[in-house]
Amino acid sequence: MLGSKKIAKLVLEDGTAYTGNFFGYPKNTNGEVVFNTGMVGYPETMTDPSYRGQILVCTYPLIGNYGVPDYEKEDDLYKYFESNEIHCRALIISDYSFEYSHWNGKRSLSDWMYEQEIPGIYGIDTRMLTRRLREKGTMLGKLIVEQDKEIEFQDINKLDLVGEVSVKDPIEYNRNGKKIILVDCGTKNNIIKAFLGRNISVLRVPYNFDFTKEKADGIVISNGPGDPKICETTIENAKRAMEKHIPILGICLGCQILALAAGADTYKLKYGHRSHNQPANETGTKRCYITSQNHGYAIDSETLPEDWREWFTNDNDGTNEGLIHIAKPFFGAQFHPEASPGPDDSEFIFDMFVRAVND
Amino acid sequence: MIKKGKAKKVLILGSGALQIGQAGEFDYSGSQAIKALKEDGITSVLVNPNIATIQTSENFADKVYFLPIKTEFVEKIIKKELPDSILLQFGGQTALNVGVELYEKGILHKYNIKVLGTPVEAIQDTEDRLRFANKVTEIGLKVATSQTAKNVDEAAEAAEKIGYPVMVRIAYALGGLGSGIVNNKAELLDKARKAFSYTSQILIEESLRGWKEVEYEIIRDRYNNCITICSMENVDPMGIHTGDSVVIAPVQTLSAKENFKLRSIGIKLIRHLGVVGECNIQYALDPNSDDYRIIEVNARLSRSSALASKATGYPLAFLATKLALGYALNEVENIITRETSACFEPALDYVALKFPRWDLQKFQQVSTQLGSEMKSVGEVMSLGRSFEEVLQKAIRMLDVGLVGFVGNDLNFQDLDKELSEPTDKRILAIAQALQCGYSIDKIYELTKITKWFLYKMRNIVETEKRLKGLMLYDVSQELMKEAKMNGFSDLQIGRITGSSELGVREYRKELNIIPVVKQIDTLAAEYPAQTNYLYLTYHGNEDDIPLGESNQIVVLGGGAYRIGSSVEFDWCCVNAVMALNKIDKKTIMINCNPETVSTDYDICDKLYFEQLTFERVLDIYDKENPEGIIISMGGQVPNNLAMKLHNSGLKILGTSPIQIDNAENRHKFSQILDKIEVDQPEWKELKSLEEAKEFAHKVQYPVLIRPSYVLSGAAMSIVLTEDELDLYLKKATNINREHPVVISKFITDAREIEVDAVANEGNLFCYAIAEHVENAGVHSGDATIVLPPQRTYLETMRRVKMITKQIARELEITGPFNIQFIAKDNDVKVIECNLRASRSFPFVSKTLKINFIEIATKLMLGEKVPKIDKSSFDLDYVGVKASQFSFTRLRGSDPVTGVEMSSTGEVACLGDDFNEAFLKSLLSTGHRIPQKGVMLSTGTLKQKAEILDEIHILKNMGLKFYGTKGTADFYKENGIDVEELHRPFDNTEPSILTYLNDGKIDLVINIPKTTEKVELDSDYIVRRKAIDLNIPVLTNTQFAKRFIKSIKRYSPSDLEVKSWDEYN
Repeated sequence: MLGSKKIAKLVLEDGTAYTGNFFGYPKNTNGEVVFNTGMVGYPETMTDPSYRGQILVCTYPLIGNYGVPDYEKEDDLYKYFESNEIHCRALIISDYSFEYSHWNGKRSLSDWMYEQEIPGIYGIDTRMLTRRLREKGTMLGKLIVEQDKEIEFQDINKLDLVGEVSVKDPIEYNRNGKKIILVDCGTKNNIIKAFLGRNISVLRVPYNFDFTKEKADGIVISNGPGDPKICETTIENAKRAMEKHIPILGICLGCQILALAAGADTYKLKYGHRSHNQPANETGTKRCYITSQNHGYAIDSETLPEDWREWFTNDNDGTNEGLIHIAKPFFGAQFHPEASPGPDDSEFIFDMFVRAVND
Repeated sequence: MIKKGKAKKVLILGSGALQIGQAGEFDYSGSQAIKALKEDGITSVLVNPNIATIQTSENFADKVYFLPIKTEFVEKIIKKELPDSILLQFGGQTALNVGVELYEKGILHKYNIKVLGTPVEAIQDTEDRLRFANKVTEIGLKVATSQTAKNVDEAAEAAEKIGYPVMVRIAYALGGLGSGIVNNKAELLDKARKAFSYTSQILIEESLRGWKEVEYEIIRDRYNNCITICSMENVDPMGIHTGDSVVIAPVQTLSAKENFKLRSIGIKLIRHLGVVGECNIQYALDPNSDDYRIIEVNARLSRSSALASKATGYPLAFLATKLALGYALNEVENIITRETSACFEPALDYVALKFPRWDLQKFQQVSTQLGSEMKSVGEVMSLGRSFEEVLQKAIRMLDVGLVGFVGNDLNFQDLDKELSEPTDKRILAIAQALQCGYSIDKIYELTKITKWFLYKMRNIVETEKRLKGLMLYDVSQELMKEAKMNGFSDLQIGRITGSSELGVREYRKELNIIPVVKQIDTLAAEYPAQTNYLYLTYHGNEDDIPLGESNQIVVLGGGAYRIGSSVEFDWCCVNAVMALNKIDKKTIMINCNPETVSTDYDICDKLYFEQLTFERVLDIYDKENPEGIIISMGGQVPNNLAMKLHNSGLKILGTSPIQIDNAENRHKFSQILDKIEVDQPEWKELKSLEEAKEFAHKVQYPVLIRPSYVLSGAAMSIVLTEDELDLYLKKATNINREHPVVISKFITDAREIEVDAVANEGNLFCYAIAEHVENAGVHSGDATIVLPPQRTYLETMRRVKMITKQIARELEITGPFNIQFIAKDNDVKVIECNLRASRSFPFVSKTLKINFIEIATKLMLGEKVPKIDKSSFDLDYVGVKASQFSFTRLRGSDPVTGVEMSSTGEVACLGDDFNEAFLKSLLSTGHRIPQKGVMLSTGTLKQKAEILDEIHILKNMGLKFYGTKGTADFYKENGIDVEELHRPFDNTEPSILTYLNDGKIDLVINIPKTTEKVELDSDYIVRRKAIDLNIPVLTNTQFAKRFIKSIKRYSPSDLEVKSWDEYN
């Protein structure tokens, strides 16, 4: 390895630079730099569409240990990934494991990233970088592998990220039970699997699809990348859907869209929540769930209309973690009940929703 | 908040003396429990005879009882104290067992005592194999299947049903005989036949050999909130006890899916069991699929939970106490971050590796092979940001002379065997295999260690290869950085490149390769946390916090617990830190032992969980620029660093390191004694065998041989004959190159006296004189110690004090020190002097109620300390410190005491007289009063005569006696009827072994006498058999005599239950 190590550099918009060694695919890239404190699950995390446009920093230092699983499919969905491709633009880590070992590992992380043309850097003081991001807030950054090529910063929040990750045409996943519409703003496969596993058929539609005309027993608005306010069509559709009595579930970005449709406001968090250990306290109870999260924006619970209640709050910083309608079967979770990767404590939300659908 | 039914007075059961499988971790958990109760304004009553613990110190529990943790005693304490609640989870298996017994006997019900936390029924569900298996399977989870068999046919049937290979387990087998894995019917029949020749029941179990072993620490509150605090993966696969395994946190080779699946399973089971508080769950995981088995649940704080707590920074025991009191998880403040909720799962941005410390070479006849029974006596934990880094750090932390994973002077002859049949040195065999070019596949086949770990180990060997052949100054910046990131120490690099440790350090600093300080904050820097928990790594570019503030003092800890150095030194360190806090100093603790209180989050201002090596102490000193370092509290480990640190210009507080060297170096020390005309046993430095023989001949055998710089008598031996001298010296030449071996006259039938003292600028400030129950020849760490002395002449005491004063003056001592004397008639000789705190400082401090360490610390800092009133040394009560042995845990070990220390822990009890204190202490270390019969083998004629009066006492108590022919004849002549039994090798009935097996004998007095081979072996087998059957064995004449006298004077029911503060 010595001698063949290739230098790579991460530059942040505040001018700080972090030098390490390159792995994955050799190209320059840019994006919004965010950190995730999860200790496992890089294949799932990197393929989570919510990371679209982002440069992902892993605070856990040892990455690549168990390689990457194969492209097996079930219901035409990748079994071990959350979507069809890697969505983050680059991976920043401390200690890369060149050799991996796992019964289910088929290729190394670096090889997988090479296939998907994603660059990475290892040998970075990721704790120092994380502290920087925590203090200054999420920043734009660029990764430079090819020193001789220029690259500019890019504000990804101005892009139609949801449009990039959403399906182009509706897809049906059939089961025997009732049918829900899944508005795909960048859904993770495990949300679809959560319903199929509960014998519910899923009609997955593009984020801007007018689903109000479809016949369905429930509507789910999925997670996805970026600022919820950009998803104007989806918000409008949600508003109209709320005129009916069909159960609606929003997850992460979907939850924020639901809030916006209800008339509440959202705002950008300083550096977001990206981890597997966020405590979400159920309002009015002593129950607290450990949740998997990945969001840079949050609902301002002060702005929730009369007939909505704050369902969960984050025990660490008090931010909103979910909302629920007092009369109608509408609810949303800011965290990821589908986990993957992360704890499945809040999976009961799917059960609740399915119960509402079956009612 | 808890509105009703809140506890007001809580009884806490401790874990007693440290022993293998149950060590310092329970001082940590109990101390945190007491703090948690205190914070809630709850009165605490603690029962724990382990006087060296922090939890039994002043200002912790409201009441402390130094009494045996046994149902009878606890019941009496309950009757006296009338607590409303009890905590059972903080004193290991000992407390749990007593708790279950209190419950089953209706005592808790009778006194209306509420069990806080996990209910007893749930504890029983986890303790009983069958009940546990049912609990697991009834919610659709998996346990390893097993079946008992009473004969060969049943065994074969069970094996068929479970499917080969199967594990055959045999209970109570001598020397680990019989258990093992069989691959087919033929092997099974063979093994089963052999097994049934000496046992009536065997267990056939599904074999999980080669499966991964992982653990999760889980906490649950009574509102059903349930979270996992830490995941841990054993580097060694199933088959090696987790206490003997190298363990890493968090898990490394599990995918997210597997990880969260095991998490969910754990939570499901814990909810089903109804645990409230903390528990640990162990799994076996198939390396080739995601199949799993639940191995066990420990519904209490454990060694793993202590490790998890230190590995994550999450105060598990503190939280567990709060949850047991009835709090919800999110009602408790996160005392680490002070920012975020306690209801969250720590995210690590580093790895923590635990490495066990074994001391097997201290025991004769013990196999060094590792298996399903734990053998380690302590552990270390290293923190870093790569596997390579933490592995090498941890190996050095063990303090067994290894410089890291590579670079050691070791060579295994049969490498394959070493790899496939693991011993305590397997990790080094892997290093050798990698160096010899074994493929990863081959090593995996032999060890079943997950390949990822092996790849990482290979990286270390690769770096070594790159360094090899280079001169230091040819090592590039990049390579040096790589080596440091892969955990190489300066010394290790120096060895490879043929340069000195300091040379490497200088060059490395020129290359600007310096470690950085990182915080453990439980949440991977997501929120700013005010944590004082630190480590150093080469994987980083900046220190997390500003360093080098003024007014800081460093205290060096004691490192891994080992035979000869354990919780008592931690007590000294913690008390030194507390004393420094009192005089407004900022404190920095350096230690690497996860079982300690000194590494708790709230003890010092800064905790460096780091190596106690020259290099690392210098690194920290460079960063922090403290006012000085205290090296005299952590035992021999920091003491050994004194001279090197001093020579590097570091400020050592207290007695000058030059004087430390004067005391440690036998030659120099002897000259000093000669100068001040203090007597010492005749001795000589050993240069050749001829010289040694000549000397031994001159002073006459027996002689004592020892190397200098020893603790716990490593490689020390009493030599009786010239043949033995020959044998010893052949061994000794490998032992110590730097320091010469010393031979001295061994004085028989003498008493040993110890002085623990503190001096200030050469003036004796306070002291405690204590005496050994056993005659000289038993290591002071194994001896039973009485304070104040009971059979030492006043004149001897006066002389001891005078000599202590003279030595303090001559060595210009400021701080703690300890001198060992040998006394015969009124003749007093000095045998050893340590210019540091000793093992018995907590004992003397607590018995006298004068905190020697606090005084010593203040004096070292130049503080004024008020003179101690002389009457304080005059006690109306007696303290007896007794040793705890772990022979039951070490299959095959010979349970005799000698100059080599072999005890793993100690207790001390107070009493109104010697016999009372002695008996309480003995009962605390597992001795029992004989009710049926005593097996006698009382040594030489002289020894037999010596103990005759006491045997008469036993006779009058109505006990039966058994013995071999010689013994029987002797006692018959003296009016005592002894039933004659045959020795093990006679193969004739009635035999000793049969009688032991049949439970006719409940005390063995077996005094070893000569070197005569057959008898010794036969005696060994009797002693060993008794230990395996849990029958008390007395092997020392003075000890046995005292025991008999004390049981004559007191029966257990007479022993008074008095708390510490009632003795004054």
